[in-house]
Amino acid sequence: MLSAYLLLAAAMFAIGLFGVLTRRNAVGILLGLELMLNAVNINLVAFAHFNGAVAGWVLTLFTIAITVTEVAVGLAIVIVIFRVRRTVDADHLNLLRG
Amino acid sequence: MVSETDLALLILAGPFGAALLLGSVPPLRRAGRLAALVSLAGIGVALFAAARLVTELWLARAAFLAHGGSAVREATLTLPWLTQAGPVPLATAGVYVDALAAAMAALVALVAGLVQLYSLGYLADEPPPALGRYYLYQSLFAFAMLGLVFAPNFLQLFVFWELVGLCSYLLIGFYYQRPAAARAAVKAFWVTKLGDVGFLLGIVLLWGATGTFEFDTLFRAVAGGTVPANLALYMTLIYLGAVGKSAQFPLHVWLPDAMEGPTPVSALIHAATMVTAGVFLVARAYPLFEAVPWVLLLIAYVGAFTALLAATLALGESDLKRVLAYSTVSQLGYMMTALGAGALVAGVLHLLLHGFFKALLFLAAGAVIHAVHTNDMGAMGRLGRAMPKTAIVFVVGTLALAGVPPFSGFVSKEAILGGVWEAGLRGPFVLLSVTVFLTAFYMFRAVFLTFFGARGAGGHPHDPPGVMMGPLWLLAVLSIAGTALGGAALGLTFPEFLRGAPGASLPHGPAWLAPFSVGLALAGLLLAWLVYQRRAVSVRALTRGLGPLPAWAAQGYGLDALYVAVYRGAVLALGRLVGWIDRYVVDGLVNVASAATLRAGADLRQIQTGRAQDYLYGVTAGVLLVLVLWRLWA
Repeated sequence: MLSAYLLLAAAMFAIGLFGVLTRRNAVGILLGLELMLNAVNINLVAFAHFNGAVAGWVLTLFTIAITVTEVAVGLAIVIVIFRVRRTVDADHLNLLRG
Repeated sequence: MVSETDLALLILAGPFGAALLLGSVPPLRRAGRLAALVSLAGIGVALFAAARLVTELWLARAAFLAHGGSAVREATLTLPWLTQAGPVPLATAGVYVDALAAAMAALVALVAGLVQLYSLGYLADEPPPALGRYYLYQSLFAFAMLGLVFAPNFLQLFVFWELVGLCSYLLIGFYYQRPAAARAAVKAFWVTKLGDVGFLLGIVLLWGATGTFEFDTLFRAVAGGTVPANLALYMTLIYLGAVGKSAQFPLHVWLPDAMEGPTPVSALIHAATMVTAGVFLVARAYPLFEAVPWVLLLIAYVGAFTALLAATLALGESDLKRVLAYSTVSQLGYMMTALGAGALVAGVLHLLLHGFFKALLFLAAGAVIHAVHTNDMGAMGRLGRAMPKTAIVFVVGTLALAGVPPFSGFVSKEAILGGVWEAGLRGPFVLLSVTVFLTAFYMFRAVFLTFFGARGAGGHPHDPPGVMMGPLWLLAVLSIAGTALGGAALGLTFPEFLRGAPGASLPHGPAWLAPFSVGLALAGLLLAWLVYQRRAVSVRALTRGLGPLPAWAAQGYGLDALYVAVYRGAVLALGRLVGWIDRYVVDGLVNVASAATLRAGADLRQIQTGRAQDYLYGVTAGVLLVLVLWRLWA
């Protein structure tokens, strides 16, 4: 049954990646990132469950905590960018253009 | 007891110290008179040491030969300069003291000292900074020439050789505000440089063949019979340097133009430093030249031709200093011919004696020019009344130069003619004999036009002050007393002193030679008297009798024009060609490379959009690619 979890995780990862690549709104990109991270979490938990390795659960707990902080920081950045540039459209945030 | 090498070092230290002091202490230099005193003190030390050196050498050799010695060795003191692997350094620096160097050093120190003393009066009207600059150059010049004289190897000789060239450039261009002087300085520099290229090439090639620059080693090798294969080529190249410095045909063109410098500088350049360096070089490297007779023959023929050519150029010259300049070129031709004919002693003797009377003539001419403010002999005349003392010393110098006994020039000129005759060189002998006649003619032409004649010069000319007259009297005495070098003194004759071997003597030639050459000189004197004093023969008739020659000679036989044509036609054309290649081929390659780089940069920056998502696309595509490849391989 492992493959079912893995397929779910792969689908979530792909959806998340698709969102990150195609969304123009910075908040949407962050949402996509969350999906990708949680797909990884599902993988971790699934492997841990079927292999009986406790380390996988522990690591997942860590990942969740880190994800939360990442979202907090990411949203804060988005808000600051909005204040400065009056937009969160990723296509307009091209200050590093060569 | 001071050793010979210590004395040589002291001789060098005097002018060097003065030059260093004047060069590094600007307030002292700008003080003018004080700078002159420093310079005079330096050359005074050198003169004192040189006199002592010559005396000691003379006495030592007399004692040595009296006790049956056969040959005297020179004294050397060298320090390693350029080191290399192995026991022998690549080049050394030091002093090489023999009779030739000592005699030459004495001449240089004496003439330089007298010229510096004389300049105190001659340049009295110059502003103090200019005077200081003048004495700085004078000291440096004397040091350079003395360093050249005592050089123990070709490399050190070349360094000082170039220093001499530089100093003469600076002094010829002393009145640098005058375009003619600046041009003459540059011309002197370039023309001598032309010969120096050959000189340097010769030195390096000789080093390549023998592995040494040292005179000592080279002389011993040649004396031992080991002659490098292409020595004739090397010595010809080295001789080229002497051609440039000693104003031999065809590189004599710079010397007359060098008259743009102050007259004391002309005296120094013509009598003791600079032009004598070339003759000295040949005399110094004489054992090497002796090993290649063909080169000596070349030297003799070029020298004799130069002597005659310069004498004909002097005939129609109206500038007093330029007449003297051409006479110097002519006399240098004599010296070179003597060296080429194997009469080393005669050549060196003429070098020394000529130094005295040519310095005398130039300094006396300087007194005249100082008094009448022109070089043009046409504007002079009857100056003998207003400046009797100057006239006397000038005539003494002229008689010495013309080779009339008992004046000193007679001894050496006689020896040169004898040596050339004994060497069997009939061609050069004839050329030199004609030159004896011409020399007497053009010099007395100058005397009659300047000091006698009908018209008087304007203004109130008078004899120069004592500081200028003193050196003139001394040189006049030396021009007569120099005759003594033809005889023996303190148990030694000059040839024995120079060659360091007993029984060495001046060549005398056949018995008819002395009356013959004196007769030629007197005939020249007589003709000059008839033409320019009695006006019995008109100048115009004389000129017409020579056909197109005088007009041609007035153009310097077209040599200057030839150089200009070669310069414009060949050198400038080559320069344009090289310039074109540089601009369009070399620069073109560089420009193409830089344009391609700029273009590539402009194209590549397009992919840096600055949008994070574009980069993410790249990352994703890259990861996918890696995954696919990994699948394919695994």
